[in-house]
Parts: sequence; C-alpha cells; structure tokens
Amino acid sequence: MVMDTRRVWRHLEQVKDPELPFLHVVEMGMVREVLFKGDELVVRITPTYSGCPATDVILQDIKKVVMALHEKATVEVVHHPAWTTDWIGEEARSKMEANGIAPPIGSSSDKAFLLGKSHTVPCPLCAGKNTTLVSAFGSTACKAHYTCADCLEPFDHFKCF
Amino acid sequence: MEASEQHIQYIIRLADDALIQGQRLSEWCGHGPILEEDIALANLALDHIGQARALYTHAAKLEGKGRTEDDLAYFRDEVEFRNHLILELPIGDFGFTIMRQLLYSVFALERMKSLASQEVDTNLAAIASKAIKELRYHAEHAKDWVIRLGDGTEESHKRMQGSLDKLWPYTGEMFVPVADDLWSTETGLCSPLNSIKAAWADSLAQTFHEATLTMPDLDGWMHQGGKSGNHTEHLGYLLAEMQSLARKHPGVTW
Repeated sequence: MVMDTRRVWRHLEQVKDPELPFLHVVEMGMVREVLFKGDELVVRITPTYSGCPATDVILQDIKKVVMALHEKATVEVVHHPAWTTDWIGEEARSKMEANGIAPPIGSSSDKAFLLGKSHTVPCPLCAGKNTTLVSAFGSTACKAHYTCADCLEPFDHFKCF
Repeated sequence: MEASEQHIQYIIRLADDALIQGQRLSEWCGHGPILEEDIALANLALDHIGQARALYTHAAKLEGKGRTEDDLAYFRDEVEFRNHLILELPIGDFGFTIMRQLLYSVFALERMKSLASQEVDTNLAAIASKAIKELRYHAEHAKDWVIRLGDGTEESHKRMQGSLDKLWPYTGEMFVPVADDLWSTETGLCSPLNSIKAAWADSLAQTFHEATLTMPDLDGWMHQGGKSGNHTEHLGYLLAEMQSLARKHPGVTW
C-alpha cells in the first residue's frame, strides 16, 4: 500500500545532524525528494560537504527511519544540483543562532561571496558587530572560527557555501 | 552511458590527485604550527578525501566491473596511480605545505570550474560544482598565508621563496597533456590545459607580487611522470602507510 509522502517527510524530521543535533535533515535542506516508484519508497538526499564525516551517519539514520515506515525503501544520494546553504530554512537559522552559531549570511550567489569578500558576521551571543575571523576552518568543515571584541567570546559561523 | 577507457582513466586520475593530497594534508593533524591551522589543514584534508570518494565511486560505476571506491584507493600499486608528482612530495615545513596548496589549488579550481560547466558527464559536473566551493576556500586560505609569510619576516620570506623555488619544477606537469587530457578536450569535458595555465599564472603572479616573492620562469625545466604512473620514491612510502590496514585485513569495517 502506498502512503502519503507527507508522512515520510514528517518522520524524516526525527533525523538530526550529529554535528548540529538541534537541526534535522529536512530543515538543513538535505532531503530533495520523497516519492513512490510503484510500491517502492525512494528518498533522495543531497550530501552537504564532500568530506563531511557526518554524512554516513545521517544516511544510516535516514535508512533506519524510512525502512521502519515502509519495507521496500531505498535512499538515493544525488549530487546534482550541489547542496548550498541557501537551502537551510529560516527556522533552522534561528535555531543556530539560539545555539551560539552565527548562521550563513546572504546567498551563495552574492557578488561579495563570489569575489571572496566577507560580510560582517554579528556575534550570536551579544549581537555585537565588532567581530573578527580567526580561521576560515573551524570545529567542522562547514564552520569558520570567529571572536567577538565586544563580549570577548569565541564563536562558530556556519559558512555561506 | 557507455564510458570509454579514457573517460574512466580521466576520472580515476582526478580522484588520485584528491586522495594523495588529502593523505598528505592529514599528516598535519596533531602537528600544525598553531591550533587553528592544525584544524584548518585537517579540514582541507577531509574535503579532498570526500572529493576522492565521490570520484572513485563514479569511476567504478562507469567501469561497471563491480569495483568499489576502496578497491581503487587501497588495492592499486604506485605504478597504477596517476596523481601529479607535486602532491606526493613530503609535507616539509608549514611554508612548503602552504606553497604547494597555493600552486595546486589554483590549478585544481580552474580545472574544476571547467568540469562543472560541461554536459558530457553530468555526474562529474555535479561533483565538480561542489568541489569548486571547497577549493575556493582552499585557494583563499593558501593565498592569505603565502602573502602573510612571504611579506613577513626575513626568515619567513626566505623559507617561502625557498619552497616556491623547490616546488616550481613540479608545476609544469599540470599543463602537459597526456592521452586522456587530449581526449577530455576533444570531447568537450575540460578546456585545454594551456588556457587553464594562463588563468593559473595570472592569479599566481598577482599573489606573488603581494607576497614580495619572485615568480620563477614559466618555461623552465619541469619534472614529469606522475600522470603516466612514473612516480618519485615518496609515493611508495605514502601508499604503504595508507594501504597497509586495508590490505592486511581486506574488507575490514569498524
């Protein structure tokens, strides 16, 4: 029997990103498509970073959830179009901020981004604008390491990508 | 899609470059000059290993002989590897690693841009379009450091110029086409290497000017061989370390 794909989408919200455990894969923009090919449930996923060590864990978790819903199910990895931080939802951006991570700013097709110029990244802790980039590569490949000169705290910034 | 021998070989070569570079960079893990750079270099390594995995998987699928990414990475010997020689050289000091990062990532970025904009192999285009975003960060990172160290103290300037002079004879190989390069140009997969060379040289000249470094002669004598499987002695040691676990315990998982 074929079920409503909306139910699958809802269940996929249980799968969290192990490196950002307050976010689920749907709001990260990793789930591209949920569909039925005959009686086979197909979930199409786009990985975030090529070298993201969390990808394998996330795929396994998604498989578990999907298989529990429907016996005949496959998870397909699609590389095209490439994942971008533009697909991260508004709510997810607020959640990042609430968890001390400055969310990506602007769009990956911004002129400033393409020319390698960076925006001011406001501090997620005190909202101060007096921040400096310490390293473009932070605690994970997707984050840059900043410090705030107002509250003197270090913080992570999810890079625009 | 029926893939030709050259097509598969071309993608394996891209993957070999990414894997060897990733393996060399990962040697810095725990040994970086400062914590931030230790983390940065390990992050760069991860990007390359991720790219290598996607490329090997794609090549194996095109080949259709049931090989996997692991077979390609761990069960081929050095004469079967087709990476550029510059990538297998030992890491040297931080300045040497960073200079190699600059020389290579500017080239890799230009090549990936070309591969992302073709329609001969759409799967490769997708992998390339992701890699571009990563390589752009890599090139910026290397450029910042080369300028900072080149235009730094007397000692750092001397080391950066020294690294540049040592690495330079290994850059020529990037632009000398082998059979599958010619194939890639004929089929429209990748732009000709001499057009990539022009963009590469322009970008470097600008960076070296800012870094107060002297750019060596573009037409000087150059090493060759990696792209046809003739490697330096260093690759054997690298592979021995990287492949030993997989070969001792084939199929091992953890």
